[in-house]
Amino acid sequence: AFLIPYVIALVFEGIPIFHVELAIGQRLRKGSVGVWTAISPYLSGVGLGCVTLSFLISLYYNTIVAWVLWYLLNSFQHPLPWSSCPPDLNRTGFVEECQGSSAVSYFWYRQTLNITADINDSGSIQWWLLICLAASWAVVYMCVIRGIETTGKVIYFTALFPYLVLTIFLIRGLTLPGATKGLIYLFTPNMHILQNPRVWLDAATQIFFSLSLAFGGHIAFASYNSPRNDCQKDAVVIALVNSMTSLYASIAVFSVLGFKATNDYEHCLDRNILSLINEFDFPEQSISRDDYPAVLMHLNATWPKRVAQLPLKACLLEDFLDKSASGPGLAFIVFTETVLHMPGAPVWAVLFFGMLFTLGLSTMFGTVEAVITPLLDVGVLPRWVPKEALTGLVCLVCFLSATCFTLQSGNYWLEIFDNFAASLNLLMLAFLEVVGVVYVYGMKRFCDDIAWMTGRRPSPYWRLTWRVVSPLLLLTIFVAYIILLFWKPLSYKAWNPKYELFPSRQEKLYPGWVRAACVLLSLLPVLWVPVAALAQLLTRRRWTWRDRDARPDTDMRLDTDTRPDTDTRPDTDTR
Amino acid sequence: MAKADLSAAWIFFFLTLPCVFHPERMLWLLFFLVSAIHAELCQPGAENAFKVRLSIRTALGDKAYAWDTNEEYLFKAMVAFSMRKVPNREATEISHVLLCNVTQRVSFWFVVTDPSKNHTLPAVEVQSAIRMNKNRINNAFFLNDQTLEFLKIPSTLAPPMDPSVPIWIIIFGVIFCIVIVAIALLILSGIWQRRRKNKEPSEVDDAEDKCENMITIENGIPSDPLDMKGGHINDAFMTEDERLTPL
Repeated sequence: AFLIPYVIALVFEGIPIFHVELAIGQRLRKGSVGVWTAISPYLSGVGLGCVTLSFLISLYYNTIVAWVLWYLLNSFQHPLPWSSCPPDLNRTGFVEECQGSSAVSYFWYRQTLNITADINDSGSIQWWLLICLAASWAVVYMCVIRGIETTGKVIYFTALFPYLVLTIFLIRGLTLPGATKGLIYLFTPNMHILQNPRVWLDAATQIFFSLSLAFGGHIAFASYNSPRNDCQKDAVVIALVNSMTSLYASIAVFSVLGFKATNDYEHCLDRNILSLINEFDFPEQSISRDDYPAVLMHLNATWPKRVAQLPLKACLLEDFLDKSASGPGLAFIVFTETVLHMPGAPVWAVLFFGMLFTLGLSTMFGTVEAVITPLLDVGVLPRWVPKEALTGLVCLVCFLSATCFTLQSGNYWLEIFDNFAASLNLLMLAFLEVVGVVYVYGMKRFCDDIAWMTGRRPSPYWRLTWRVVSPLLLLTIFVAYIILLFWKPLSYKAWNPKYELFPSRQEKLYPGWVRAACVLLSLLPVLWVPVAALAQLLTRRRWTWRDRDARPDTDMRLDTDTRPDTDTRPDTDTR
Repeated sequence: MAKADLSAAWIFFFLTLPCVFHPERMLWLLFFLVSAIHAELCQPGAENAFKVRLSIRTALGDKAYAWDTNEEYLFKAMVAFSMRKVPNREATEISHVLLCNVTQRVSFWFVVTDPSKNHTLPAVEVQSAIRMNKNRINNAFFLNDQTLEFLKIPSTLAPPMDPSVPIWIIIFGVIFCIVIVAIALLILSGIWQRRRKNKEPSEVDDAEDKCENMITIENGIPSDPLDMKGGHINDAFMTEDERLTPL
């Protein structure tokens, strides 16, 4: 049922904005900063905002890639390190924290992140995460070193390998017991969840991340296309292929999750049956899973007191299916536990984390390219500095900035970046993009450009979505997001072994300075827009005054904004 | 359990006899006393008694053996063997180990008595003895720590197998070295390409510079009519920026 808002968001928001980005990049042949400066100098802030946003996102995204690399490196052993708890000091039992939660959670929270119980408590840098981060930035640098030349070759591998692994997982997943239950769960329409506005919001933001809109990456890549490339076909085809891939991946994922849920359900039943057998001293394996409810009822009637003191849990398959989290939780906890139950566990772990690594890398290429191409266009470094040096400098700066995520409280900061830096700014920048192109650049001029590039004018569907539907949809989603965000005070879930309800995560409020940081992160990229517009206004005024004072008769001032076809642009009359 | 049965049989036998023979009466009293004491010593929840639970079918599946008196004898033997390893308890015999309450689960209680069979050995001693020999006991029954449980006696876990160098560091080193070598190669090839590009036009330039050294002087003003540097900007054409006349 999630598919319905997803498809609506794709058709009315994803594809139109994607087409706009490809078209302006291809036509104006510059990175995001250059493109927006060309459309209107007052809108150059949008480009700068995109660059800042891509920078912030690349910081935390590559940290996730570093985590995946860590898991990948640890998958080359049998048994897998997250399959069992380590014994405690006098070897009478397992480590208490591991006993209370699970081996998989312990490996993630303690042996990987070594997380603190509070965001104020920063802790020290975890050296293993630091070297994994260095390695992942080195790999990104190696692939982006000469820009499109090297990226274009690497992308053949990083784009095709995940498909191969997904197919293998699909075949394996469908042959596992319980896979069908997961698939039924995926495809059963549950109309009630559509009433929750959160679902619509999630679909919209999911489209943004899935298609990487408003990052500036597509503008950068499109500027390398030939001017006569059919960007309309590209936009539709790429968006559809992207969605098909998501669907394919979700089938593979849900069949594996169905197996996991069935496995957990059976283990739950077995534990209950064992408790009963041990308490009443029945022969081994005398109660089968099907007989369990009847036997339990009978025993509850005859010996209620003895049954009541047993630790029996209610086992429902739906509960286990619902428990599959999303985001980092899905990959690092749910999936790692699932591969433990598959025969030949290290092979599946290596394949899975290898796939995630290549997927993360290919996203990083777009994000880092979105930072580098505008810097190259603007000419931050002098001409004689080679491209490799600029790329290296950018990667080094990003790596050093991202070391804050290798602290013990790094995971909490990453969640902050994920929630605040990304979503709001993407929505705002995408809105400004569409409005900027349609209303400032001019719909007529834009359609002319597209006709020149592709050979035909855009159909009414495009014109309608660009003019009305997409901006409206984006604005609604933005307002809804703001409302939902500030509905309740900002809080986070901390991993605290000393919490009473451990292994549930403890909900804590963000301290004041962290809240200020959140606000800063949400506003920083978008702030470039008014700042740049103001700067442009002041520069113009200064020139006009200087001209008026110095040479009142000549108007041989070179316009700095002579880009293609500026005559129909609404001009200010301070000349 | 068997001992209690035997004692009960004896009691019954002597009860049926006429109470004439006094030595037999003494014997009867003795047996009664012994069985009573046995019954008291080994009881569920008794002092120094331990409950044992076996899950033979879970561990062995089809190859599971049935739990009978012979297996019980082996169990008593293993417990006695463990106790004999404790200093001061080398005289423990199989008959000192008492089993009771065997259920179909296969669970039972056991105690270890001292040679006088009057009281049981302290739980701490039994516990430490069993812990030290748990592996041998497990192997005797083809079971492991999960399927042969001594409740209240935690087993010592195997130490984690930590190789001297963790595996992930080895693989990390391999990958990192490959990446560094690749980066170095890419940078070097870029430098070579640039050097080759710089060398070619400069060779062409050398040839043309000789011609250009002859600057024609017309009217006392030096002029070079055409810019001969191959492939550069030809000033005769207007540049893009000035194509559109400013307003």
